Amino acid sequence: MAKAKITNIVFYGIGGQGIVTMAEVCGWAAMLAGFHVKKTEVHGMAQRGGSVESYIRFGKKVFSPLPQTATADYLICLHPEEHPRLLGELKKGGVDLFPYLEVAQKVVGDKKVFVNSFLLGVLSSYLGLEQSYWMQAMEKIFKRSLDENKAFFQQGYQAGGSL
Amino acid sequence: MRSTHTQSLVLFSGDEALAQGAFEAGLEFAAGYPGTPSTEIIEHLAQFPEVNVQWSVNEKVAFEVAYAAAIGGKRSMYVSKHVGLNVAMDPLMTSSYVGVNAGFVIVVCDDPGMHSSQNEQDTRLFARAANVPLLEPSSPAEAKEFVKEAFAISERFDIPVIVRLTTRICHSKENVELAERHVQPTKPFTINMAKYVMVPRNALARHQDLMGRMAMIKIFSERSKLNIAQSGKKAIAFITSGVSYLYIKENYPDSPILKLGMPYPFPEKKVRDFCKKYKNVYVIEELEPYLEEQMRMLRMRFKTKHPSFSVGELRPEHIPVIVSGKPKPKRIVPARPPMLCLGCPHRLVFNLLKDLDVVVAGDIGCYTLGSLPPFSSLHTCLCMGAGVTFFEGLSHVFKDKKVVGVIGDSTFVHSGITGLINAAYNKAKGVVIILDNAITAMTGGQPHPAVGTTIRSEPTKKLILEDLCRVAGADHVDVIDPTDLKGLEQLLRQRIDEDALSVVIVRKPCILLVQKMKKG
Ligand code: SF4
Repeated sequence: MAKAKITNIVFYGIGGQGIVTMAEVCGWAAMLAGFHVKKTEVHGMAQRGGSVESYIRFGKKVFSPLPQTATADYLICLHPEEHPRLLGELKKGGVDLFPYLEVAQKVVGDKKVFVNSFLLGVLSSYLGLEQSYWMQAMEKIFKRSLDENKAFFQQGYQAGGSL
Repeated sequence: MRSTHTQSLVLFSGDEALAQGAFEAGLEFAAGYPGTPSTEIIEHLAQFPEVNVQWSVNEKVAFEVAYAAAIGGKRSMYVSKHVGLNVAMDPLMTSSYVGVNAGFVIVVCDDPGMHSSQNEQDTRLFARAANVPLLEPSSPAEAKEFVKEAFAISERFDIPVIVRLTTRICHSKENVELAERHVQPTKPFTINMAKYVMVPRNALARHQDLMGRMAMIKIFSERSKLNIAQSGKKAIAFITSGVSYLYIKENYPDSPILKLGMPYPFPEKKVRDFCKKYKNVYVIEELEPYLEEQMRMLRMRFKTKHPSFSVGELRPEHIPVIVSGKPKPKRIVPARPPMLCLGCPHRLVFNLLKDLDVVVAGDIGCYTLGSLPPFSSLHTCLCMGAGVTFFEGLSHVFKDKKVVGVIGDSTFVHSGITGLINAAYNKAKGVVIILDNAITAMTGGQPHPAVGTTIRSEPTKKLILEDLCRVAGADHVDVIDPTDLKGLEQLLRQRIDEDALSVVIVRKPCILLVQKMKKG
């Protein structure tokens, strides 16, 4: 039995940065696209500024919610200081989306909350899930400023692959 | 498992899925006390108007209220984290004798690795001690199905049933299909002293009866699909339960596995047959060697983990290490530990306590973080309520040191009040500080009696902490806002030096709660 392809994504930030929600949108998009999804977190008491590491795994059938070490296909990191350590989570040939953080920050300017949507857009350009699933996922998760979130997501999608 | 997308497909955590499963099974009553990682189960249930849901003042109360609802004829559920079950052990231990009327399910969420707990006890051992069957799902989707099965077993065999989850299942999410709710007809309550009045003579008969019921459940466990043997390539085979199953599948997808979804009562024959079929059997389980001990009693041959794996959470990459017989590799923990939120009212108090020359008996809540730098001014923490009782015990024996007890509002209502009554009765002197932030903050913000709202945010009778402390026997009860730093310092210094039992209620809402209310 050949191992069916599983996509592993790591999201990292500190409590309050919206990491869990970000992973949630990604998980919904993959599920709506017909995949089996597992999502899990490693964190202490999130509201108090501790590390939050969220994992999304999707494929035909996923067993463990936690990925094995150094198997991430994609890394999204919102915290520059922790970035070097997190590089260890990427597999050989995995894609580090950290460089897009700066781009995102420039694009959103004062509207800092939309950094995450921009980065999700970037991620979406790599994952090959249809855009309609991302839109539906955002409609599920974002209660506020849905249109703006979608707009920044689109910009991220356009920027994806440019670095 | 590629499923077509429908309206009924959701991405649910183990907690949400379990709640959903109970709802679909016709659950009508649920009670619990907040505790990571179990909190979201009760919270999820609160959205269903069909279910009578409550936050109880503590787990013992929750257990008894919910259990009585089952005896009264409605499917009912108790929910807590592992250490919460300790508080409810008294009713649990006799509930197996009594049995049920409508189904009663006890949901307990263990926390291997102590993501947010003071110990990592293994509830499977408690099931054995209390003589109640235990089901153990491996994933959120299974949690939803297993809880339905638990209700069926409970009613069929006249016994409460434990469903055990662990943090990794509670808080991980996967695809879950929603289904219809099936309400069960109410089971009429009939007076039956021999069953419901546990005085020695009745209890002896019920204990005997329990033996018979457990024997029947053991036969069920042997036959049940909850305990399922999967065949595969023979080189190496596994016996496991819970989330470990998924880690094994991740590493050895083609190996034979006996997955024990109902590890107690232990399906001896099934395990024996499995071991006969395969030469190289590994038992893999998180925390305590429960399966291992059962197998040793049966004198079966198998290999198992290095003892170092009994501490902490298992991870997928551990499985090959266990198979190789090596000890657990050291893991570097994430660099950023949690801390009190900026603007948290507790910060003011701990800054002050640092300057007073006192030993601080702490308790369980966000404020336990007062033990970390830059405050380092909380010196003990054992269990819920011990902020008051440790204060008392230490104050009785200290000659030249002063003790201050520190406890949160929710924790005080949970089990601090009994300690305060005891301290007053036994003539203890000194200061207990109640950090009243008007919420159960550590678990994400749940109301309690001193908040004055129910789980569904309806107004209800409000418990007045200052009145409660007075009638409990405190000589002085002061209420103060911690932003009045000077006033607070003066007050504490004065009360600490007096020969009296004082309660100082430091009152200011949790900043997260305030932000939530602003957002609406
Ligand atoms: S959640 Fe509330 S009580 Fe807890 S640390 Fe933050 S502000 Fe303080």
